[in-house]
Amino acid sequence: MMEGAFTMLVPGILLATAVWGLIRRVDVYDALIHGAGEGLGVLVRIAPSMIALLTAVQMLRASGALDLAAGALAPVLDWLGIPPETVPLLLVRPISGSAALGVGADLIRAYGPDSAVGRTAAVMLGSTETTFYTIAVYFGAAGIVKTRHTVPAALCADLAGFLAAAWAVRVCFGT
Amino acid sequence: MGMSVMWTAMVGIAVLCGIGTGQGAEVAAAAVEGASAAVELCLSMAGMLCLWMGVMEVMERSGLSDGLSMLLRPVLRRLWPDFAEDGETMDAIAANVSANLLGLGNAATPLGIRAARRMSRRSPGVASDALCLLVVCNSSSIQLIPATVASVRAAAGCAAPFDILPAVWLASGISVSVGILAAGLMGRARPMERLPLRPERRRA
Repeated sequence: MMEGAFTMLVPGILLATAVWGLIRRVDVYDALIHGAGEGLGVLVRIAPSMIALLTAVQMLRASGALDLAAGALAPVLDWLGIPPETVPLLLVRPISGSAALGVGADLIRAYGPDSAVGRTAAVMLGSTETTFYTIAVYFGAAGIVKTRHTVPAALCADLAGFLAAAWAVRVCFGT
Repeated sequence: MGMSVMWTAMVGIAVLCGIGTGQGAEVAAAAVEGASAAVELCLSMAGMLCLWMGVMEVMERSGLSDGLSMLLRPVLRRLWPDFAEDGETMDAIAANVSANLLGLGNAATPLGIRAARRMSRRSPGVASDALCLLVVCNSSSIQLIPATVASVRAAAGCAAPFDILPAVWLASGISVSVGILAAGLMGRARPMERLPLRPERRRA
């Protein structure tokens, strides 16, 4: 169902962006190269933490600890419709962006990018943020001491995001 | 410090659990392989991530974020009625939200901080309802093209790494809506006047 519309989505975005850029008299090629160069910078920044975190996460997976945690929480998570295998991602997502990317990448590799677990992990990564980091940055910069309902409201959004990610994957892919 | 404790705990649990379950050999193998798996992943993500960073730069330079801010302004005025008349704050909010939509995290944060600083002037030290809402919106990301996740999927051998887009949009939309709703309800349940600082008096 999705296939037809989405095959040409990526090439379509590339073409539309370039044409629109030319119409707006942007040096499209220069912008493309410059942005791609910045992408290398992003990779250099995330590589060290990925090395540290994938080592730890793969050790955890090999030790059977992740399976134990998933098994322990399976009754609750199954009831919520969330694949229990995504437990480690749920735990680290609000705390650390690089840890979440490491754990998510491990899930996507271990279960396959087109598995229900792999897709749910990807959608969770794409639809939530590093909540506590964001709160710390903003309130630190604005000199806020009394945070009132920010943390509970943001965690509600995270929880809704996790539930919605699992549900959206079921709706869109029927798995 | 947080990450140091977390990393140590992860490795500690892995070692203890590996001994407990008799899978020590597997843990030892993972300790050696994990690092090179990470480098492999980064290398195979590189092409796609760089390409999309380039595409986003083209979008930004052709004024797409400005266009988005214009489109979003009527909605944002309703979400932040206290600042609807404050042009500079609304500008910063609109630019922050549209940078987030385009996945320009580096651009979004300074813009959001500018809006947060201006909001905090009306109630120093205390997060007003408006400021809580701004932070909640920033902590539940709305991203049109999640390039990093798509590159991880492509690196894992996925033929159509962007086929998760509709699911991501759906989940982000629900997450942000619940966040806005929760912030509104919680702000009404415990209004700011009842807090000891009484920021209303300082406003004059």
